[in-house]
Amino acid sequence: MNPSSLAVRCQNVVKIYDTGDQKVTALNGVNLEIALGELMMLVGPSGCGKTTLISVIAGILDQDAGYCEVFGEDLLNMSNQHKLNFRALNIGFVFQAFNLLPSLNAAENVSIPLIINGIKRADAERKAVAMLERVGLGARVTALPAELSGGQQQRVAIARALVHSPRLIVCDEPTSSLDHETGRTVMTLLKEVALHNDRALVIVTHDARIFEFADRIAEMDDGHIVEVKGTKG
Amino acid sequence: MNHIAIKMLMGDRGKYLGIVMGLTFASLIMTQQPAIFLGLMARSYSFISDVGLPDIWVMDSKVQFVDDIKPLQDTELYRVRGISGVEWAMPMYKGLLKARLADGTFQTCNVVGLDDATLIGGPPVMLEGAVEDLRRSDGVIVDIDGAQDKLGKPSPTPGGKRIALRIGDSLELNDHRAIVVGIAKVTRTFQSQPVVYTTYSRAKSYAPKERKLLSFVLVKAKPGQDLSELARRIRATTGLAAYTREEFMSLTYEYFMHNTGIPINFGISVLLGFIVGAAIAGQTFYNSTLENLRQFGVLKAMGTSNWILLRMILLQAVLVGTIGYGLGVGLTAVFGYSMRHSILAFKFTWQLLLFSGAGISLICIFAALLSIIKVIRLEPAIVFKG
Repeated sequence: MNPSSLAVRCQNVVKIYDTGDQKVTALNGVNLEIALGELMMLVGPSGCGKTTLISVIAGILDQDAGYCEVFGEDLLNMSNQHKLNFRALNIGFVFQAFNLLPSLNAAENVSIPLIINGIKRADAERKAVAMLERVGLGARVTALPAELSGGQQQRVAIARALVHSPRLIVCDEPTSSLDHETGRTVMTLLKEVALHNDRALVIVTHDARIFEFADRIAEMDDGHIVEVKGTKG
Repeated sequence: MNHIAIKMLMGDRGKYLGIVMGLTFASLIMTQQPAIFLGLMARSYSFISDVGLPDIWVMDSKVQFVDDIKPLQDTELYRVRGISGVEWAMPMYKGLLKARLADGTFQTCNVVGLDDATLIGGPPVMLEGAVEDLRRSDGVIVDIDGAQDKLGKPSPTPGGKRIALRIGDSLELNDHRAIVVGIAKVTRTFQSQPVVYTTYSRAKSYAPKERKLLSFVLVKAKPGQDLSELARRIRATTGLAAYTREEFMSLTYEYFMHNTGIPINFGISVLLGFIVGAAIAGQTFYNSTLENLRQFGVLKAMGTSNWILLRMILLQAVLVGTIGYGLGVGLTAVFGYSMRHSILAFKFTWQLLLFSGAGISLICIFAALLSIIKVIRLEPAIVFKG
């Protein structure tokens, strides 16, 4: 693949967790490339290293060996401040448990990435409301997370992940807490709103019902990528 | 990010109220107990501060505090009067005498005998009658608290409130008849005994016969005199102790500080208030941070720096600290105001505000530090853990 068309390039990435009495190798020489405009799914059994890999890709965990480049930037060798700024500008997160701040309403939750990027609160909340309207929650902007259904909470989380127009969206089991119909709605939304030619989506999932949304699926086992296959013929 | 910090703090009402209540309790205890302590200690020297005119108090050199009376010979008065720089010197009797009340019971009173001619050293505020009325036959002035309570006449109904002594009523002091000619307002003394003012010569007649009955010589310095120097001259000339008013108050205060269990008792109360407040507020604050750890992790993953998270936690600590401190100090003020007419000693000074403010700040810093360490060490990758 042409390096300029790559969102993510991982080469021989190794991550070992030291738990005191034993060392656990979570990533054992992972090689992976994700292109711009691509929706890549990471699948595999529990403990195979999927979550560790997206943590490294998202810049919230440092690998012990190997190279990981996101939009041409080597995350491992960035200063802490540069990495924070890089994450704030370029990475959007969607979590399995939504991870919305329970005391903030939907608009306030969505506005957080903008505020972190230095946008004034009023402007941030205005943009957040616009993003919530895009994900179909224009009528629930003042609702607290506890007042929303699981599907609505995940839509708020998606709005939060996209509001600052990041170029890489990292999702961890975004549909596992949702019923089939809501899961499909969320995936459709993610693909529609998030995926552009200058962006990429990485989704960790166990949910075979959403595999059809992927451009490619990377299957992991025991800290390796064992197979990468396309879904579009 | 400030509004996010505030909403995170107040999101869990129960915990938020727990932190504020812990700090309120600590602030209340750390302000109210020292205020009572200061009030009590101020009473130890209230008799000295009530006697306004004299600059120097002369007494036996072994006197340790104001109620530690070691009588002098009357001739000492004339020796003091002869010292250069003394404008005037007046005698004062101060002693405990038993008063026989109308119902036959006895009450110990603090009897103060004033110079017959000048009546210097009299009560600071007269509520009824005048100090000059002491010149009337058998005249005494009684303090209002004593007149209404311990020296009052028994109620006609069993268990009823005592009837206050009034001008014209009589009582017996050491088998001598005394007629109330005035009611005065004096600052409560440490023992809270009734205070009875009379003339020096009459006080001597009330007191048991002794060779020496002069308790203090009250001295006024001539204008322009250095009081410390004059006190030194009096000491050198007479061999007696001579203190300026402030020195005598300090001597009395120090005696109570070093020779009674009062400071240690109140100190323990204040320390307990601090520890309990720190334990409740500190632990609840820390627990609240622990419960919000995933939220802090989310913020960290999204690019929030440790410095901003530190500021958020400090803001939370300052907010609960200010509210808890304000409530505690406010409750102390309400307590003091509601007790202003009671026997309770209470002295609320600005230094106490600083003291309890410093205590609450320490608790908040302690709680915030624990939380900050936890959050700064937090790995943002926690957000992907189930």
